[in-house]
Amino acid sequence: MPSLSALTPLGAAHPKTNQIGTITLTEVTDRALASLTCRNASMPAFSAAASSMGLTLPQAGHWANGKQSAIWTGVDQWLIDAPYGPDLGQDLKSVFGDSASITEQTDAWARFDVSGAARVDLLERLCPAPSRRMTPGMATRSTIEHIGCLLICDADRFRLMCARSYAGSLHHAIFTVAHSLW
Amino acid sequence: MSRVLGGLIDRNKPIQFQFNGKTYGGFAGDTLASALLANDVRLMGRSFKYHRPRGPLTAGSEEPNALVTLGTGVYAEPNARATVAELYEGLSARSQNHIGSLSFDLMAINDVLSPFFAAGFYYKTFMWPKAFWEKLYEPVIRHAAGLGKLSGLPDPDAYEKGYLHCDLLIIGAGPAGLAAALTAGRAGADVILADEDFELGGRLNSETYALGDQSGSAWAIGVLAELASLPNVRVMARTTIYGAFDHGIFGALEQNIGGKVRQTLWRIYTKRSLLCAGATERPIAFANNDRPGIMLGSALRSYANRWAALPARDIAIFTNNDEGHRTARDLRALGANITAVIDSRLDAPKSTDYPIHAGAVVTDSAGRLGLRSVTVQLATGETRQIAAGALGVSGGWNPNLHLTCHQRGRPIWNADLASFVPNTAPVGMLVAGAANGQMTAVLADGMDKALQIMTDLGIVAKAISLPVAEETPVRLTPLFHVPGKGRAWLDQQNDVTVKDVKLAHQEGYISVEHLKRYTTLGMATDQGKTSNIGGLAVMAEMTGKSIPDTGTTIFRPPYTPVSIAAFAGRSAGRDFRPTRLTPSHHWAAEQGAVFVEVGMWLRAQWFPRAGETTWRQSVDREVLATRKSVGICDVTTLGKIDVQGRDAARFLDRVYANGFAKLAVGKVRYGLMLREDGMVMDDGTTARLAEDHFITTTTTANAVSVFRHMEFCRQCLWPDLDVQLMSITESWAQYSVAGPNARALLQRIVDAEHDISNNAFPYMACGQITVCGGLRARLFRISFSGELAFEIAVPTRYGDALMRRMVEVGAEFDAVVYGTEALGVMRIEKGHVAGNELNGTTTALTLGMGAMVSKSKDSIGAVLSTREGMTAPDGLALVGFRPVNPSDSFAAGSHLMAKHGAVNAANDQGYVTSLCYSPHLGHVIGLGLIKNGAARHGEVMRAVNPVQNTETLVEVVSPHFIDPKGERLRA
Repeated sequence: MPSLSALTPLGAAHPKTNQIGTITLTEVTDRALASLTCRNASMPAFSAAASSMGLTLPQAGHWANGKQSAIWTGVDQWLIDAPYGPDLGQDLKSVFGDSASITEQTDAWARFDVSGAARVDLLERLCPAPSRRMTPGMATRSTIEHIGCLLICDADRFRLMCARSYAGSLHHAIFTVAHSLW
Repeated sequence: MSRVLGGLIDRNKPIQFQFNGKTYGGFAGDTLASALLANDVRLMGRSFKYHRPRGPLTAGSEEPNALVTLGTGVYAEPNARATVAELYEGLSARSQNHIGSLSFDLMAINDVLSPFFAAGFYYKTFMWPKAFWEKLYEPVIRHAAGLGKLSGLPDPDAYEKGYLHCDLLIIGAGPAGLAAALTAGRAGADVILADEDFELGGRLNSETYALGDQSGSAWAIGVLAELASLPNVRVMARTTIYGAFDHGIFGALEQNIGGKVRQTLWRIYTKRSLLCAGATERPIAFANNDRPGIMLGSALRSYANRWAALPARDIAIFTNNDEGHRTARDLRALGANITAVIDSRLDAPKSTDYPIHAGAVVTDSAGRLGLRSVTVQLATGETRQIAAGALGVSGGWNPNLHLTCHQRGRPIWNADLASFVPNTAPVGMLVAGAANGQMTAVLADGMDKALQIMTDLGIVAKAISLPVAEETPVRLTPLFHVPGKGRAWLDQQNDVTVKDVKLAHQEGYISVEHLKRYTTLGMATDQGKTSNIGGLAVMAEMTGKSIPDTGTTIFRPPYTPVSIAAFAGRSAGRDFRPTRLTPSHHWAAEQGAVFVEVGMWLRAQWFPRAGETTWRQSVDREVLATRKSVGICDVTTLGKIDVQGRDAARFLDRVYANGFAKLAVGKVRYGLMLREDGMVMDDGTTARLAEDHFITTTTTANAVSVFRHMEFCRQCLWPDLDVQLMSITESWAQYSVAGPNARALLQRIVDAEHDISNNAFPYMACGQITVCGGLRARLFRISFSGELAFEIAVPTRYGDALMRRMVEVGAEFDAVVYGTEALGVMRIEKGHVAGNELNGTTTALTLGMGAMVSKSKDSIGAVLSTREGMTAPDGLALVGFRPVNPSDSFAAGSHLMAKHGAVNAANDQGYVTSLCYSPHLGHVIGLGLIKNGAARHGEVMRAVNPVQNTETLVEVVSPHFIDPKGERLRA
């Protein structure tokens, strides 16, 4: 175990949760992330590797839930989301080998989950993506206050992900709009 | 009180409000204008130029006259239209544009002086002396004219922006819009129905016509109730669709009542849109037609039927069509005394209920602060005074086609209506009802258009059952103005008269565009909604052409005024843009660091310590301590790109001018990236972690553009190459550790099994290591400062802790943490180029790196970097400068001239790009570009700063001020 303590993207020892009206805004830090891209002409081996670990790879505009979920981020490219571990990238590399290029991304992102009945009212004031039309299983890239974001629709929540350095600004934007609803 | 029975106001909810300091009573559902009229207040403002007394002309958003300032102090909102200002408890309004009281305005002298104030008067009058314009004339004119005033203080209210999506946007919730919404809503389409009013229904709320067996407003309430029950329909009251933009995108401004946010600016993405904005009645101009009490007939009906307010008991009507007679019937039914209906048509309908003068016109009016009587010229030629406290004028209807013009749609003339109707509309937009010139059967038109749109979208829809509407067709004889003496007002907001249009014609401003700019007709907050056609008609009369041959009026966004605050939304003050924080930000803030914005990043610029009173003291200390022992700097902001794939090396060979194919695993190389035109785009280091795995770094400024460029190359230029890119800027917290004790410090961090001695980990080595007991990390032996230096990277969440640990273990070495200023000083001392030199005009040759452009392979920019003019021997080249007198200073940006001779562009030898005080050398040093620089070391030149009128003698030297042989960084 390293002798260093980790900070959350918002800069605290523990993730932050805010309750604003019916909106619950939760900073999520217990997940690991890695980008997974199929190398040229490697799809058979790539698919086989994905199947071997029970990973479902969704089509454009979607994400697939599971122990390790996959979010479509580009042509033959997914962001893999798994329970936190020290090196998800290395774990995946051992399965996919040369069929994939894999980049550890765990600390590249900040994630905020927004739940509550008014979550779409909130998102409509933040994000040009058609959040009201999104159904569980859909995911898209969009922007919030100039910040590039991933918008992931789950059954009872939206997950918003942005580059880690923007965490404070994204949280501030969500928090401000949530307060304006009540 | 002139309140009558009926209306849609809620008499169970009385409201108190203030106008010009006096308290009045109204009801929920009133507008400020309707409540004032119900309190017998007709005078609500003063006109723009002549300060004439004015009251409301209309009952809607087209209002030119009744502009007031709502609220007080910082909350004051000038130029609000009293006709659409929803009354609320405690509302406080003030009239505008007068000196003294509203009823005794000292500036009314302008009206007496009006012969001097005709259109264009100040263009002609205030010609000289020229200098007087800005200092005297303009301030005086601006003070005398104009509307309300802003507080000049920051707006304390909150505004926001949002985004909506729908299949069909219906603009206007009148009869056509409601029928369309019900049709599309029942079919299951995603519908947004938006209306600027707080009470939806449009003219249904103002007319007494029945729909089936109920009133129009009752039918509207029923439809709205059903729409509210449909989850796929969003009904937006108080929401003005102010603009139609590209790709079916509309701008909407929603007024929020009672919430924390005052206004929401929505961007609405639509598949289709249906414009059901109705029509605006137009006035007929006659002498002194602007007195308070003279208003549109439709406005009188609205005030009476919807708001139960009569502006006067004695009311006359002036009309050129059957609408006027409807107004008379409605008002009479509510108890008004109709003193006359003056119908310009000889075949006017007849009535025994009130006097009708067929073939007559109103030629003048009387009453100082409000209408008292009108002068009527009968068909016989006889003139008669008729008592009237209000006059309802009906000149026909202009369809509200504004949004069809927002993408250059040009309306066409409809002779039956004597008005323009839509011709072309933005892609995806249909127009229904009165907005389309369809003045009857508008319910069916709304439904039919909705059905057409549903079919187009592939949504199965059925016709709905519509009530039988009581209605009468439009029957009018065009009349735009009554000829005669006296000023007849066309544009009441800008005080433009028939005479002004005639003057414009006389002076050659015949085109409608010139007419508008010369007379100001159609400008300001109402944008000529009640005046444009009148002006055009008078101009047509002058030129002897028809109205459509004279010109067409088209419209731009916004439909009605939108405050700048709404466009800004939440992006005010510090929220103008987001901020990126580095991994060591919180630690730096605790140290009292001074931060600088670098793009969106906040970086520590220097770290002041107790006793340091100037920034230079802090920076000098940081530099000297680093060169003496060791310094730490957060360099996370540099772009980091993970490059993987079987062809990764080939890919880098093509995007970089120098080669990477032969770079050994575990090694780092400096790379120079050129643009297609051969100029330098960016520089950085690239480390090879495996045969198929590199990490490329970029400058902070170009992190995004370089990544985008590389993605373009990968996806578009060479899709056959097996290469994958991923930004890892944010994945790793990266720190530079520089100085003679850098290794010693790191050896207390890096886990013991990793040997980082000079032999095991020499200059330009890289590797994956662990630190602090097993934390995965990356180490690069690279130097920007010229010292023995490393960059160490750990997963970002540990960045804060690593900084604290390094400071802790570094205490033994008197380690400092340095900011971007010290970083800049050290790179100038070392002669490294940065953004100041990579300025888009420099080549590899210019920067002294010509040999880096490999000739053994092709790369982007390689060919064009050798084109004529780029390789001339006397081209600009990077050099260093030092002042001949060490105590002298000079400025970055100074131009270099020979020691003697004229200072001019012809003698210009180059310029200083970077400059700093070198604490190491004890004087100012600079980098710069001069012609044939490499051959001019030792030459004394003048650094000339014409802006500050200074000249400094400088010596041209090598750009490497310290350790030119690079012994320190290899130590």
